[in-house]
Amino acid sequence: MTIRKQTPEELLALDKFAVDERSAHIVLDNQICKTCSSKPCLVVCPATLYRLQGGDIQFDYAGCLECGTCRIICANKGLTKWSYPRGSFGVSFRYG
Amino acid sequence: MERQDDMPGEEDRFDTIVIGAGPAGSACAYTLAKAGRNVLMIERGDDAGSKNVTGGRLYTYALDLLEPGWSAEAPMERKIVREQIMLLDKQSALTLDYADRGFADPVPQSYSILRKRFDPWLADKAEGAGVTTAYGILVDDVIVKEGRVAGVVAGEDEIFADVVVAADGVNALIAQKAGLRGEIVPSSVGIGVKEIIALPVDVLENRFLVGPHEGAARVFLGSTAGLPGGGFLYTNEDTISLGMVVNPEELGRQSRPIHDLFQDMKMHPSIYPLIADGMSMEYGAHLVPEGGLRSVPQKLYRDGLLLVGDAAGYAVNAGIILRGMDLAIVSGIAAARAVLCAVKPSDAGPEYLKQLDELKLTATMKHFAGWPDLLTIPRLFSAYPLIANDIMRFLFTVDHSVPAKIPKAVREILEKHASWSGLLADAWKGFRAL
Repeated sequence: MTIRKQTPEELLALDKFAVDERSAHIVLDNQICKTCSSKPCLVVCPATLYRLQGGDIQFDYAGCLECGTCRIICANKGLTKWSYPRGSFGVSFRYG
Repeated sequence: MERQDDMPGEEDRFDTIVIGAGPAGSACAYTLAKAGRNVLMIERGDDAGSKNVTGGRLYTYALDLLEPGWSAEAPMERKIVREQIMLLDKQSALTLDYADRGFADPVPQSYSILRKRFDPWLADKAEGAGVTTAYGILVDDVIVKEGRVAGVVAGEDEIFADVVVAADGVNALIAQKAGLRGEIVPSSVGIGVKEIIALPVDVLENRFLVGPHEGAARVFLGSTAGLPGGGFLYTNEDTISLGMVVNPEELGRQSRPIHDLFQDMKMHPSIYPLIADGMSMEYGAHLVPEGGLRSVPQKLYRDGLLLVGDAAGYAVNAGIILRGMDLAIVSGIAAARAVLCAVKPSDAGPEYLKQLDELKLTATMKHFAGWPDLLTIPRLFSAYPLIANDIMRFLFTVDHSVPAKIPKAVREILEKHASWSGLLADAWKGFRAL
């Protein structure tokens, strides 16, 4: 495989994740997100985990790189919970 | 290394608890344990470094301040002997390449590093000095008793200590919960993304004109679709760290995902040949404090709690010089020395400020205090790289036409990309910032 432009899915497939099936470390309230006109989360998330579907934000915390950008950019408090994943869960960088 | 089931029980008590096993945390824990203190270092990742991403490079003076000679021992990548600045247009690029083997001699000034190799080494040094380490455990909050921080909460466990050191990184959740920091302002941080690309060692050394264990560091301007920010490249032993850092606030005002902007930068005709035939190994992302002194909170401590490293905003982006991990290590040492000097735990905070002065961290942050203003000049990220490329293109273009006189051509190029008042304003801003 040589170097080429890759999709977010392809890039995330390079990484190692241990997804916490029991507890989501990021939770959003779509009622609030619906009213947000700017939705910066759609472009600032390096993993592109926030997607727009029929006016609703679809979000999947699996694949989160735990950078915290969505937390600081979310001005309308649609993110009702943002924490790091529980110990041992989430991304494990092999290079970093 | 201890795992979750070895987590010290409720009745356990330590002199100091360090949250986070990055460079700041490990430096602090090591210094305390070496002086005989009973230290617990708690890391949410399965290993040190597994949650961390750097550009990046480490300036070695900090490591040798922690323990003389460690920069020769630490598992780092390549000693940086080529400092490069690349100004990009769509199809072209102008590269400044400063090669100086003096940077490698006698002690290399800086090394490229990878956190999953470096951080475990430093954490193991702390453990070797007697630090109790607990991996795979997320600290949820601090315990406050009678107005002072008395320990930490991790899941069901409560662990107590005279002093807690928050080395939990740029998101500074512990500092926020403890009331030392407010919400992080989007304009005060950069969002960094990075791809690790494997290349055979001989190919890498030929491409970057470096010898064995020598490396290059490169910053890019004009690679961010006009957004405030830039790109970076570091040569590791057999990989390349290629990345981009942009201002999240400006990023959020346009419509293209950062991943997409970054992938376009990767495929730029002047960048692609550097990584061609390589193999993508990892994709990472991390926030970077970008406010310099302004990212440092007003209060770096409260009774029983000290902030170090990124959690304390200790990072400098001076455009071509990017510093974070060295400052993290120095602040970790300062915190440890403060705890050691303190007659009673409540003295540690005021003492920490003195140690930060003593170790020149305060003065360093003040020195670079104006630099972030430079990075608010929008022309830096678009107009100036384009001007540089246009001038070079003009100088090197030969065809059957008679070339314009140089002053006239340069004036036209400047006027095409910027107004004279804008140029003057930038010059003044630059003069004031520096």
